[in-house]
Amino acid sequence: MSLSGAAAEPHTEQPFLQHHFALPEQQAEASKIGMWLFLVTEILLFGGLFAGYGVMRMLHAEAFHQAHAHLDRALGALNTVVLLVSSFTMAMAVHSARRGERRKLVLFLALTLSLAGVFLGVKYVEYSHKFHDGLLPGRLYAHRGDATAGQFMFFSFYFLMTGLHGLHVAAGMAVIAWLLRRARRGEFSARYYTPVDLTGLYWHLVDMIWIYLFPMLYLIS
Amino acid sequence: MISWLRDLLMPAAGTAYARQVDDLFVFLTGLTLFFFLLIAGLTAWFVVRYRRARGAARGAAVSQHTGLEVAWSVIPLALVIVIFFWGFHGYINAAVPPAEALEIKVTGRKWLWQFEYPNGLRTINELHVPLGKPVKLVMVSEDVIHSFYVPTFRIKQDVLPGKYTQLWFQAAEAGVHRLLCAEYCGTGHSDMLGAIHVQSAEEYAQWLEKGGEGAEAIPAAQLGRLLYTKYGCDACHSLDGSRGEGPSFRGVFGHPVRLADGRTVTADENYLRESIVQPQAKVVAGFQPVMPTFQGLLREREITALIEFIKEQK
Amino acid sequence: MTGRNYLNERRGLWSWLTTRDHKRIGVMYLWSTLLAFFLGGVFALLIRLELLTPGKTVMSADTYNKMFTLHGAVMIFLFIIPSIPAALGNFVLPLLLGAKDVAFPRLNLASYYLYLAGALMALATLAMGGIDTGWTFYTPYSTSTGGAVNLVTLAVFVLGFSSIFTGINFIATVHKLRAPGMSWFRMPLFVWGMYATAVIQILATPVLGITVLLLLMERLLGIGIFDPKLGGDPVLFQHFFWFYSHPAVYIMILPGMAIISEVIPVFSRRPIFGYRAIAFSSVAIAGVSFLVWGHHMFVSGQSVLASAIFSFLTFLVAIPSAVKVFNWVATMYRGSISLQAPMLYAISFLLLFAIGGLTGLFLGALATDVHLHDTYFVVAHFHYVMMGGTVIAFLAGLHYWWPKMFGRMYSERWSRVAAALIFVGFNATFLAQFVMGSRGMPRRYYNYLPEFQPLHILSTAGSWVLALGLLIMAGYLLASLRRRPDAPPNPWGGLTLEWQTGSPPPTHNFERTPRVEGGPYDFHLVSEEAAAGRQR
Repeated sequence: MSLSGAAAEPHTEQPFLQHHFALPEQQAEASKIGMWLFLVTEILLFGGLFAGYGVMRMLHAEAFHQAHAHLDRALGALNTVVLLVSSFTMAMAVHSARRGERRKLVLFLALTLSLAGVFLGVKYVEYSHKFHDGLLPGRLYAHRGDATAGQFMFFSFYFLMTGLHGLHVAAGMAVIAWLLRRARRGEFSARYYTPVDLTGLYWHLVDMIWIYLFPMLYLIS
Repeated sequence: MISWLRDLLMPAAGTAYARQVDDLFVFLTGLTLFFFLLIAGLTAWFVVRYRRARGAARGAAVSQHTGLEVAWSVIPLALVIVIFFWGFHGYINAAVPPAEALEIKVTGRKWLWQFEYPNGLRTINELHVPLGKPVKLVMVSEDVIHSFYVPTFRIKQDVLPGKYTQLWFQAAEAGVHRLLCAEYCGTGHSDMLGAIHVQSAEEYAQWLEKGGEGAEAIPAAQLGRLLYTKYGCDACHSLDGSRGEGPSFRGVFGHPVRLADGRTVTADENYLRESIVQPQAKVVAGFQPVMPTFQGLLREREITALIEFIKEQK
Repeated sequence: MTGRNYLNERRGLWSWLTTRDHKRIGVMYLWSTLLAFFLGGVFALLIRLELLTPGKTVMSADTYNKMFTLHGAVMIFLFIIPSIPAALGNFVLPLLLGAKDVAFPRLNLASYYLYLAGALMALATLAMGGIDTGWTFYTPYSTSTGGAVNLVTLAVFVLGFSSIFTGINFIATVHKLRAPGMSWFRMPLFVWGMYATAVIQILATPVLGITVLLLLMERLLGIGIFDPKLGGDPVLFQHFFWFYSHPAVYIMILPGMAIISEVIPVFSRRPIFGYRAIAFSSVAIAGVSFLVWGHHMFVSGQSVLASAIFSFLTFLVAIPSAVKVFNWVATMYRGSISLQAPMLYAISFLLLFAIGGLTGLFLGALATDVHLHDTYFVVAHFHYVMMGGTVIAFLAGLHYWWPKMFGRMYSERWSRVAAALIFVGFNATFLAQFVMGSRGMPRRYYNYLPEFQPLHILSTAGSWVLALGLLIMAGYLLASLRRRPDAPPNPWGGLTLEWQTGSPPPTHNFERTPRVEGGPYDFHLVSEEAAAGRQR
């Protein structure tokens, strides 16, 4: 292996270009790879949880079926729509960023953030109902009059799965809020919008996880 | 050579199946030695022959040889496939008990083994089986996962809470075989020993008839001492005053005992008896309510013997 | 070679704590993991001390149970898994690729802080009563026992993220930061090994994350998944746990193998034999490693069919490892072999890993595994592959790259003494354990039958020799740091890119971006003198 080549290019014209990357495209592509890999880890995290749920549901089919009747399908469906629309607004945000349209970027980010807030609000309402009825996880379960025993386990998984997902929504909201701030200050352009791009990927995953959660929990037949 | 290796590396073989496992084990040992010597030998030879200081003839570099790569992929592959089938064959034999096997129920708990025979007899830590007949153990745990391991039979099976597992064997030699717990289960894991007594068919039948040991002939306190170790009391209750999972027996009889609920009682015969059959009724202050009950496991004479033994501990 | 380098260019504690330089992060990881190794080693010596006599020797049964739990947890999570990737890999990977840093330097620093946080949480359990579950945390014991299990599961969760972020960083780096001219098949094999390791880290570690989360929830809330009294399945925990923990052992060995692939060609002055075979073997091992977890569960109560499938697949995963060993040995054929410290360790690796791997056959075969499972045979097997394999390879890498990292050479004479003591002590400690195990000595046993005492005494004596060797090694390595920086850029005559820059390197790694025009082990294209005297 021999050693030759030009000295490093100046990075002064491109302040977002980090010193160890030679070209902006290289940096953007590396960042995308990094985010995709992170999303793979999220899929495996939730996948493991879904597998555990699957096993327990198989073992306690009747209890799970009865327990899930306590869930409000209308609210669940509403939340599904809310997240799907938020994915759309997020995609529009990325699109606007790519075209350097700052005001549209800010608008769509704000919309996404609001929709995420609605999602969490609906979840809050749902959780309140559950708490009120004593439909709580594990040993906190206090609902009486169950025809089949063991329904507490359904709620163990309900809270674990929607809770973990909710935490991811909240974290996503924090990141989108930060993006919104940066966008309003004009830090993104057609040449540099990687953080928006990456957050968009993350948000689509969060949406996709809910798309699996909803039928698994709300639509047991 | 082969039997010398087997005797060095393996305990005695108590069943025909154990000898089959040993055959595979010895084969694998030979294979290991062969490949190790091959690798070590070649390495040593190259290191010596091609030492940098020496002017050894080196010639052109060979860094690629598809034929060799294929050879040393395919040959090991063929070997491991053989080993797989050999191991699987033995495993299947051990997994499927004969239909006529004598069934004995096993319950594992921290930290003792309990056996229940078809006639209702129960023993603790001592399993009696007839020679030359297949025996099937149906096992369950009362608390955490344990594992039933008999090295001389080369068998092992985890004992689970909430689900039955099974194991079978056919003992080929009379005598006593060690039983060990092989799944970590807490403080007394390494004390959870048992013994499998393999007896001729007649002796076994007599033993069942008499409902256990010839317990009547021994004086009470002496029987109590035997039972103290046999039933695993020694795992938790010392005789020298040192603190274990349970209070020491030293000097307990006839003296006041402070209980967890604040009461103070005198440790008389009734207290001792109650503590054996209903241990949760009066828990001594400063100890956890973890003692298992021996209700139904000890006959009256045995309970009396234990009490006499405890009385002797000054 | 004095002058400005990554060590002295910026000074002060703050410059280290806020660094984004992969070399400094690697050095911080190095000291942390070595400290963890020392701590885990102290636990090991205490364990072996207790086992000198069948009954109580120096500690109670409960303390002993905590000792082996902590020994395992500290060694695995705080030392072995991060050691080669995060300490040596962080330092050397960008250099090997001709890059200025890893793809995500800030993420790299975050990885280190996550490691530190997890480590401190795990060590805090020592002050809170410790944990006595074994590093495997099997339920229901782990859901019902007291102690600081909750804290340690959180620690493992945090440590998992450290591992994941390192994996993400390495994969992106390999894809996007290779120097011009470095095609995939011109990459050093260390890079292939780290890449395969990173794939496993990304795919397996999240499952560990969810496993400990479920365990924590079971303890805190009684969610029911693992508790049979609540309708759960304790064996399900084992499936979850081993789904990560089996691939994890390949996270441990692949980096070790990667180092051996670097050291043997350099110290034999020969191209590696079977470059592509070794590269593809790494990837194959990574892939198949996900399919064999059930070989830890042959007697767990899982079905006979499942056991058969897992046994068969386990044998398949042995083949690529065997291929690598043969290729390494073949590399030395007609070489020009120098037995300096890195090579001494590499050869130790070949012998010890061979034993470790071959004894794995006994455990992959169903009939023999039933007898050997949960005995000292297993303990010996995994110490041969993890310590005789990974740790020895780590030491080879440490001795190989030490001059590059710190600009100093160490005492060659003392390194031979240490290597010999380590080799002899290790074998004395663990060969005896194979025999104990096959003769029926179970593991995690505080008390044992007196017939095993002679072998235990031998094993304990071995552990003292091993410890002595490691202490001597620590001694001469630390002593080397007090020397003048006297290391040349290329003390070993290597052809990979890290040797084309100073020892230690400047902060930006290379004065000019390297351009690659050949393979990493083209010793046959380079004359002896030029290679031996390679200086830039």
